[in-house]
Amino acid sequence: MGAPKKSGVKVSEEAEELARVPLQAILLADSFTTKFRPITLERPKVLLPLVNVPMIDYTLAWLESAGVEEVFVFCCAHSKQVTSYLKKSEWLSQPNFTVSMIESHHSISAGDALRVIYERNVINGDFVLISGDTVSNMSLTQALQEHKERRKKDNDAIMTMVIKRSKPHPATHQTRLGTDELFMSIDPNTKQLLYYEEKADYAKGILHLDKSLLLDNPSISLHHDKQDCYIDICSPEVLTLFTDNFDYQHLRRHFVKGLLVDDIMGYKIFTHEIHSSYAARIDNFSSYGTVSKDIIHRWTYPLVPDVMFFGKSGTKLERQGMYRASEISQSHSAVVGPFTVLGSGTKIGDNSKISNSVIGQGCTIGSNVQIEGCYIWDNVTIEDDCELRHAIVCDGVTIKSGAVLEPGVVLSFKVVIGPEFVVPSYSKVSLFQQPIEEDSDEELEYADSTSAMNSLMDKYGAEAASQVLETQSSSASELGVGGAGYVWSKCDGGNEEEWRHSVAPIPADKIAEAMEILEDGLDYDGSILPPSGELKSDNDSDIDDIENPRDDSCFGKEVEATFLRLVHENIQEDHVILEVNSLKLSYNKSAADCAGAIFHAMMKYALEIPHSSAGSLVQNVDSILTTWRKLLTSYLAEIDEQIEVILKFEEMCLESAKEYAPLFTKILSIMYDKDIIGEEAVLSWEDEKREADEADKVFVKQAQTFIQWLREAPEEDDDEE
Amino acid sequence: MDFQVVVLAGGTSNKLLPLVSKEVPKPLLPVANRPVLSYVLELLELSNLKKIIVVVEGEEEALHVGGWISGAYVDRLNVEVAAVPEDVGTAGAIRAIAHHLTAEDILVVSGDLVSDVPPGAIAAAHRRHDAVVTAMLCPAPVSGSSESGSSGGKDKTKKVGRHDLIGLDPTTQFLLYIATGAELEKDVRIQKSILRAVGQMEIRTDLMDAHLYAFKRSVLLEVLDQKPTFRSLKQDVLPYLVRSQLRSEVLFNGAPQTEENGSEKVISQSNEQMLSQILSNATHPTFHQRYAMGPYCSASGGRTHKCCVYIAESSKYCARLNSIQAYSDINRDVIGEASHLSGYSFSAHNNIIHPSAELGAKTTVGPHCMLGEGSQMSDKCSVKRSVIGRHCRIGANVKIVNSIVMNHVTVGDGCSIQGSVICSNVQLQERVVLKDCQVGAGFVVTAGSEYKGEVLAKK
Repeated sequence: MGAPKKSGVKVSEEAEELARVPLQAILLADSFTTKFRPITLERPKVLLPLVNVPMIDYTLAWLESAGVEEVFVFCCAHSKQVTSYLKKSEWLSQPNFTVSMIESHHSISAGDALRVIYERNVINGDFVLISGDTVSNMSLTQALQEHKERRKKDNDAIMTMVIKRSKPHPATHQTRLGTDELFMSIDPNTKQLLYYEEKADYAKGILHLDKSLLLDNPSISLHHDKQDCYIDICSPEVLTLFTDNFDYQHLRRHFVKGLLVDDIMGYKIFTHEIHSSYAARIDNFSSYGTVSKDIIHRWTYPLVPDVMFFGKSGTKLERQGMYRASEISQSHSAVVGPFTVLGSGTKIGDNSKISNSVIGQGCTIGSNVQIEGCYIWDNVTIEDDCELRHAIVCDGVTIKSGAVLEPGVVLSFKVVIGPEFVVPSYSKVSLFQQPIEEDSDEELEYADSTSAMNSLMDKYGAEAASQVLETQSSSASELGVGGAGYVWSKCDGGNEEEWRHSVAPIPADKIAEAMEILEDGLDYDGSILPPSGELKSDNDSDIDDIENPRDDSCFGKEVEATFLRLVHENIQEDHVILEVNSLKLSYNKSAADCAGAIFHAMMKYALEIPHSSAGSLVQNVDSILTTWRKLLTSYLAEIDEQIEVILKFEEMCLESAKEYAPLFTKILSIMYDKDIIGEEAVLSWEDEKREADEADKVFVKQAQTFIQWLREAPEEDDDEE
Repeated sequence: MDFQVVVLAGGTSNKLLPLVSKEVPKPLLPVANRPVLSYVLELLELSNLKKIIVVVEGEEEALHVGGWISGAYVDRLNVEVAAVPEDVGTAGAIRAIAHHLTAEDILVVSGDLVSDVPPGAIAAAHRRHDAVVTAMLCPAPVSGSSESGSSGGKDKTKKVGRHDLIGLDPTTQFLLYIATGAELEKDVRIQKSILRAVGQMEIRTDLMDAHLYAFKRSVLLEVLDQKPTFRSLKQDVLPYLVRSQLRSEVLFNGAPQTEENGSEKVISQSNEQMLSQILSNATHPTFHQRYAMGPYCSASGGRTHKCCVYIAESSKYCARLNSIQAYSDINRDVIGEASHLSGYSFSAHNNIIHPSAELGAKTTVGPHCMLGEGSQMSDKCSVKRSVIGRHCRIGANVKIVNSIVMNHVTVGDGCSIQGSVICSNVQLQERVVLKDCQVGAGFVVTAGSEYKGEVLAKK
């Protein structure tokens, strides 16, 4: 577009100015997550092949077609691999399209990356922020224009987010990309984003919206059927904001939420919804599978295997969504089913069946092999009679004859599976051992382990791998005879939900399970709703009022359960005290409540121990009070708490445990003897009861002699001293 | 149409003191010289809804209302008047007359509604969707904002009430969420399960609940029976039905936990079967069905019911006479911009002067005014945007602006009345100046007194 500034016409100046600033883009070639492990231990996510082409090529191709002129590729993990790939590729030699690399080894999040880029001072206008694992064919023109127009009117409109309709599964609350459900609130007129909640807590059935949102807007739309495409058009302020708020790490969780919550700066985020074009980010194995299928089904046209970049693709489209590269040797008896991609140089043996799969270059597939819904990368050897279903198989893997991969398996680079070995569902196998992580928090995880691991990997790269391979294959393997690799355990963060993020379709039983949870959830909603009547406008504190009685009984039950565990499981008293203390905090109770609850539990327990007569019941109580005196007294520091215990006891005698009624005085005096309650407490209890109804005074009267005795006792004590 | 209409006419509302009394209960309060109840009754008549029960709070009030109705509508409508105790709330009123309800669907309408939205349209929408409840919503009034501004903080309830929060599905047919003004004090809590089912929900603050509902009788009575604490249709019953849309069974399992003996339980279980049949007999595929019948959701089938809305066009008039401010506004509107509601034909000067009224020399009655039968005005008077009732005697040099003067009022010479409501049989002696006042029935204002923003009534 150059800079022909000769014309003195002022009218076109604005348009010219827009044209003069080349459209820039920041491509994050690091996802800063660990969802693609173990594969990403050895190769960065953006270089993983998606239908036989590295993901980053899709992203770059889209950026180029969308009119972006300058791309900054930010590499962190495996930066060497990314740079060397890009240097070899043709991206650096395209006309009107410059790709430059920014490397940083200390960044642990998108926030850090953007701060590094800000320091470089290379962005000078609106830019597209995208992650290197995004596949799209949308046109940016309209979104860009909307963004610019908004900005002209309102300088605070700093970001436009691209969204797309996608309804999550009703039971699993997942989109077809395997991402969690997303709740958004958008102004239907201006398309301003008002609320954003990802990582929804399934158990929490209620969405909280700030009332000011509704006071400011006559109408807002709540969306549950939209998907975030992770394509953002940003103004340079976004980088400044990241630098100003050095604690922003995650683009959505911190940055977007931060902007929405903050009303001082008044920055606004808008959305742009796309309808017919495609945009999806590969976030996990499940979206890897989904996007691969979409590419094969040509939703991403022109980014499809037979068109591909620079027109150099030798792949041809045949009937039924079959894509074949050149130099394929296929046995006549092999059946290659619909929607399958075969890479060049692949050999397929007799009677093998392949359907809905992607096979990379130079693979050797034996005879009688069954492959369904698999993603097999380059130079994989699959021997005879293997069975593979919904698996991801990385470069250089060897699967010996007769082995079976159950759905959801991931085999990382150069793994060897022994003959006749069955790899169980959702296993992840790598030549590297699973890093030991104490910290399951995703954010911190990559902070220490990944980057360290990655830089290590970058240094030693291939040699390390081959060494591991040697040592591994020599020893007896957990992957069958001659197998090589470690099966990663599924312990780390949230992996009990493997099925959610796997290439395999979600099994029916999981859906049924989720359905049950869903139904429970509905019921749960009901239970937290105020039951009746209290919705009257004058009663503002309805929720709290209703929840309190529930809390009370819950608290009592919890304490009782804790006490019974102490009795039956021999837990240390100190631990129980600790536990009760935490209950006290979580239910917001006082020490008196604790004392009451513990005492209640003790008395109830005493009642449950078989007893023949009132006398033996008293003995039970005596022994229990003796044994766990410390537990009780640790909550009886104040006189009020002691009174509470007496009151509680009284209440029990009246209601739940009438057996105690005749023994009231006896037990009271036992407690006094054991210093559980002091005489002051007894006396002030009596005091309190003086004005009570006659019915309430039953026990005061019963204890009258005891109280009388107490009154006289102090003098004796004094005398003794 | 098998619809029975319940008009909740109210009684001596505290908010409207001193305008209302045992003799002139709220339903008989004149709006443009017609009882406010007549607006509702005639609206119902237009939609051919003629089976009407008018519920009035208080025996004496009911007698007065009944007397008026039998005089005015004896051969036109089939109206029963039922008296209920005071302070039972709207839900309590329905409970009290439950045995009179026989039709399949019940239209409940507030007796203080002044509107031209055809209730038949709501009834039809209700039937079309086979809904459990259909609520009429109308655009929250914005035109009255200047007036409410001038009234200052006097009328907070109405202002807050305008902020009903209403959640609708994208087709704006189904009611997914409702919260009234008072609840807006807190943050908004929205059930995710509803949102999951519908995908998208629009929350509007520019709509107002017009207190016109169509209920399925069986469900309404069931809810009232099961929830003895519910007092208000708007604040208890409707939100309850809306909240329980996707899990109707909660109505039965969750509700009667409080001291319930065995026999009652049996009853509620048999009711449960009955009601779940009613609830599941929907005919149109809606999001509720889609939700219920989704590929993996068969388990929750038959557990949903529907709450629908009818949104009145913004050109329609809709207001409720529930405060003194509203009373003045409605009177002004009915003889002003919403004049078609009054049922009178306006003169060339855009006002209504009864032929039997007498005007003195140099007396002017401006546009948007009304002068009732047999009223007399002396010389040099000026009336602007006001309603004057029947048989009033107004002296010379009187100014009446933005006011309502009811029947048999005597106004002495040189009075000035601005923004006030003067009830029947009031006597204003000479040179009284009233601004923003309400004068209760039969009160005598002594000569020369000046009042501003006061309530004058007999002790």
